[in-house]
Amino acid sequence: MAENGVGASVRRKEDHRFLTGKGSYTDDLNVVGQTHAYFVRSPHAHATINNINTSAALAADGVVAVLTGDDLAADGIGPLICGVSVTSDDGEPHRAPVHSALAQGKVNYVGDHVAVVIAETLTEAKDAAEKVEVDYGILPAVTDTATAADDGQEQIHEVAPNNQCFNWPFGDKAAVDAAFESAHKVSSLDLVNNRMVTNPMEPRAAVGEYNSGTEEITLHLTTQNPHVHRLVMSAFNQLAPEHKLRVVGPDVGGGFGVKIFVYSEELVVGWACRKVNRPVKWTSDRTEAFLADAHGRDHVAHAEMAMDENGTFVAMRVNTTANLGAYLSTFATMVPSYLYAFLLAGQYSTPLIYSEVKAVFTNTAPVDAARGAGRPEATFLLERLVDVCAEDMGLDPAEIRRRNFIPVDAFPYQTPVVQCYDSGDYNAALDKALALADYEGFAGRAEEAKSRGKYRGIGISSYVEACGIAPSAAVGQLGAGVGLWESAQVRFNPTGNVQVFTGTHSHGQGHETTFAQLVTEQLGVPIENIEVIHGDTSKTQFGMGTYGSRSLAVGGVAIAKACEKLIEKGKKIAAHALEAAVGDIEFSDGNFTVAGTDKTMNIAEVAFNAYVPHSYPEGLEPGFDENAFFDPMNFSFPAGTHICEVEVDPDTGVVEIVKYSAVDDFGKLINPMIVEGQVHGGIVHGVGQALLEGCQYDSDGQLITASYMDYAMPRADNVPSFDVDYAPTNPPHNPLGVKGCGEAGAIGAPPAVINAISNALGIKHIDMPATPENVWRAAQTATS
Amino acid sequence: MYNFSYQKVSSVADAVDAIKKADDGKFVAGGQTMLPTMKHRLASPSDVIDLGGIDELKGISVDGDTVTIGAMTTHAEVAASSDVQGTIPALANLAGNIGDPAVRNRGTIGGSIANNDPAADYPAAVIGLGATIKTNKREISGDEFFTGMFETALEDDEVITAVLFPKAEASAYMKFENPASRYAIVGVFVAKSGDIVKVGVTGATACAHRGLRLEKALNGNFAAEAVDEVEIPVEKMNSDIHASAEYRAHLVKVMTKRAVEACS
Repeated sequence: MAENGVGASVRRKEDHRFLTGKGSYTDDLNVVGQTHAYFVRSPHAHATINNINTSAALAADGVVAVLTGDDLAADGIGPLICGVSVTSDDGEPHRAPVHSALAQGKVNYVGDHVAVVIAETLTEAKDAAEKVEVDYGILPAVTDTATAADDGQEQIHEVAPNNQCFNWPFGDKAAVDAAFESAHKVSSLDLVNNRMVTNPMEPRAAVGEYNSGTEEITLHLTTQNPHVHRLVMSAFNQLAPEHKLRVVGPDVGGGFGVKIFVYSEELVVGWACRKVNRPVKWTSDRTEAFLADAHGRDHVAHAEMAMDENGTFVAMRVNTTANLGAYLSTFATMVPSYLYAFLLAGQYSTPLIYSEVKAVFTNTAPVDAARGAGRPEATFLLERLVDVCAEDMGLDPAEIRRRNFIPVDAFPYQTPVVQCYDSGDYNAALDKALALADYEGFAGRAEEAKSRGKYRGIGISSYVEACGIAPSAAVGQLGAGVGLWESAQVRFNPTGNVQVFTGTHSHGQGHETTFAQLVTEQLGVPIENIEVIHGDTSKTQFGMGTYGSRSLAVGGVAIAKACEKLIEKGKKIAAHALEAAVGDIEFSDGNFTVAGTDKTMNIAEVAFNAYVPHSYPEGLEPGFDENAFFDPMNFSFPAGTHICEVEVDPDTGVVEIVKYSAVDDFGKLINPMIVEGQVHGGIVHGVGQALLEGCQYDSDGQLITASYMDYAMPRADNVPSFDVDYAPTNPPHNPLGVKGCGEAGAIGAPPAVINAISNALGIKHIDMPATPENVWRAAQTATS
Repeated sequence: MYNFSYQKVSSVADAVDAIKKADDGKFVAGGQTMLPTMKHRLASPSDVIDLGGIDELKGISVDGDTVTIGAMTTHAEVAASSDVQGTIPALANLAGNIGDPAVRNRGTIGGSIANNDPAADYPAAVIGLGATIKTNKREISGDEFFTGMFETALEDDEVITAVLFPKAEASAYMKFENPASRYAIVGVFVAKSGDIVKVGVTGATACAHRGLRLEKALNGNFAAEAVDEVEIPVEKMNSDIHASAEYRAHLVKVMTKRAVEACS
C-alpha cells in the first residue's frame, strides 16, 4: 500500500478549509450589483389564481422587477421536467402534469411559486412580496396518500384522472397468486413509510449572473450534479444553450438527494438575472426549505409473504401507494418504481415476487429521492415482514433469515425482480453482526432490564441495496432520459503535481481525499501534490454528479482508468528517455524502471518531459493529461446486517437505543475512517426516520411540521456509540472492487430499530416515527 | 424582520420612560423568543427597548433562605452559580437544561417569565418554589403571576427586576422534552419544606399552574405512589401533534412521581 493510499484512514484534505471557516458556499458569494430574489408562495394547498396584481409591489422601495408565470411563458422558458418514464398498467406513460417554475393559473401546494420579487435588498424584496395581491379561488385539498386516488377525491391535474400518476405492476401475478394459494403459511403486514423533510444543513441557494457581452449565464447553485443541472436547464427549460450556461456547485453543505433536482427557484434565478440584467441572489430560509425542498419517502403498503412448512419464502406480494406530491420532481417516478420494486428480493431467494405500485398526486410538496431513495422503503417493508414471518412460524428472526438467504455459492444471482446481484456473503455479515451484538447474551440483558422496569428488545435488519448507479443501457431500457456513466480527467502539471477532474460532486462525502488516495496509490504521487477538482461545468468535463452511492464505484473507476492511460503513455516516454524498449518498462511506486536494471525515472520527470518534449518519442503527442469515462456493467450491491437493541420506558414510551451493531459489505474500503463516518451518518439518518422524523400536513394541506420546533431531527443524544465492522466480498464487475457506502445506514437502520421496538413490546408492528406517545400506547397492550 | 427603532437603556426608569413614548414598544431581554418571532415577521414592534444595559437587573445573591436572581441574569449564569447550586440545586439544574448553549447564554430568567410560554421551564420553578416576582412597581406572588397562555399579571410599563426564590428542603424538576424543540411537553417542579409540598406544572396546560390535586396527595404522604390515585383532568390538558391530552395527563403523574423520587 502506498503511504496515504488505498486502505489508509487519511484525514480529510477538505476539512482544513471547512474547520477554519474558509469553505465557500453559494450564499457566501456576493457579486457587484447583486439584487435579491424573494418568492411569493402560495399560502393555499390548492387554489386557482384568478388574478395577480403586482403594481403596488412594483412601486415599492428598491424593487427591480416582479415576475410571474406569464413572464416566464412569454420568454419561452420551459416547464420543469421529470427525467424517468414509467409505463402504467394501461400501457400509457405515467401522467406528467405541466410544472411551470412560476405558477400559471393554479397553485397545487403550500409553498408553490406564484411570483418572484427582485429588489436591491432582501428586506425590500420581502416587503414588496407582501404587496403582491393574489386573488385565489380556494379548492379542496388532497393530502392523504392512501385515499388520494379514491373516487370522489378532488382532481388536482386534468391529465391525471383520479390523481393517479401511474399504476405499475411488476412480476408474474398469476404464478405468485398460485403460490400463495398453495402456501403452508402466509404472513402479512400493513405499513407506512413516513414522509421526511431531508434538511441538509445548508439550505438551497442560487446566484445568477448574466454577461451581456458574452451572452453567458453563470449560475452558482447548491447542486449535487452541476452538469445535469446545466443539461436540463438548456435542453428542456431553454434557459441558454449549454455552451452559454455555466453551472457551479461550489462547497455544498450536505445534499442527501435534495440537491439533485432542478427546482423552480434555480431556474427563475437563472432566467431573471438575464431579464433584469443584474446579478440575482436567492437563499432559501429554513421555512422555505421545509415547504419547497423535495420531500422523501411517503408510502402506504400492504405486504404478504407465502412460506412453506420450513419457513422458506415461496412468494411475495406487495401493494404500494406512493405519494409523489403536487408535481413530478426531477427523478420522482423512478424512486417508488425501479429503485423500490427491484430491491424487494432483499437478501432472500424468494423465487416469485409480484409488486403493484400506484403513484398518486396530492397537494403537498413534490416527493423525490432522499438518501437511499426507494431502497429504504423496500428494505423497511421486507425486513419488517420477515420478522412477522419469523413470529408466525415460531422461528428466531436470525434463523428465518438464514433459511432464506441467497447462498454464497449462488452468485451471480438473478433475482425475480430484474436485479442480478454480483457478489455477497449474507451469512458472513449476519454471523459477524450477531457476535458483535452479543445476540446470545440478549436474554440475560432483557431480564436485567425488566428488573429496572424497562422493556428491552433486539432487532435485526439484513439489507441489500443497488448502488453504483448505473449501467446506462439498463437505465435507458427502463426509461431514464440520461446515461449514468462517469468521467474523469487526470492532469499532470509540468512541475509534477496533479489535478484530478471528476464529474461527481462532493458535498460532505470526502471525495477530495478518497479520490486523491486512489491516485496516490496508482501513480505514486504524494497525496499533498494531488488536488481533486469538481463542481464547475467550466472546469470539469461532463459528468453525472453524486447520488445513489455512485461516486467511488463509478467515478472512482473513471479516475483509475485515466491513471492507467497515463501509465501507458508514461512508459513510452520513459522508454525513450531511458533508451529501452517500451515492453521492458515497469511502473511501480511512481517510478518507471527498465526491468532488471537500476535505470529509473520518476513520473514527475516523465510529466516534465511530456510538456518539454525536446527529446521525445516520435509521433507521440506531448502533454501528460488523460481523460476516461466509465460506464458500469452492473449496479453494485452493498449489503449487511444491522442489529439494534433498545430499551423502552413503558411509563413514558421513550425508546433508548442502547446498542447498535452494523456489519456491512462495501467491498474494498479506500478510506476506512470516511466509510465509518458515512455509516454513522447513515444510521443516524435511519434512526431519525424510525424514531423522530414525521412530516405532517393537515387536511387543508398546511404543513404542520414546518420548523425545528415541530419537526424532530436526530441529535447526538438520540444514538449510542456504534459498533461497526465489515464483511467484504469482491464485486467482480467493479475494477476497484468497491461497492458504495453513503446510503447503507439510512437503508439498514429503520427496520432494525422498529424490529427492536416490536420485539421489546411483543407487538406485531408500530409505524414510524415511533414517537413516545405511540410507543406508550403500544406498551399499554404489550406482552413483555 | 420589519424595521423598528432600537434603543438600549441603562436604568429601569429610562426603560419605562422609553416604552411610554413608543407607539407599540416592546422590551427585549435575551431575545430568544422575541427575535425569532420578529424575524418571521410575526411581530412588528415600533420600538425595541433593550434591557441588556441595566446593571441593576443582573446578578444573583443569597440572603438567608432566599435566592434573589436579577431579571437579566442568563440561564447559563443561574446554572453555573454556586449560590444557586448550593441553595436550590434543582433550580440550577433546570436552568442548565433550557434550550441549548446559545439560548442559555442569551436567554434570561426575566424574559422567560415575562414571555410565559406554556412550555417554558422557569414558570414551573416559580410556582413550585412559591417564588415572588419583583417589579419596578410591586411584588407579585408566583401563583398570581401567570394568567394565561403568553399572558402575565405584568402591566405594559412594568419591568421585572428580580425573582426571589425561597429555599426548599428538597426540590426536583422533571421535564419530559418535546423531541423536536426540547421544550417541556410536561415539566413538573416539586418542592418540599416541612410538611408543605408544592407542585408547579408546565407544558401541560395553557400556562404553568399549581398542581393542587398532586399537592394534596403528597402533603399527606410524600411518596411516589401517593400520585397514583390522583386524577389529572384530561380536558384541561394541551393537545398537539407531539402529545395528546390523555398522554400529557399521564405524563404529569409520571414526571411528578419521578420528581418526588428525586427529592428523597
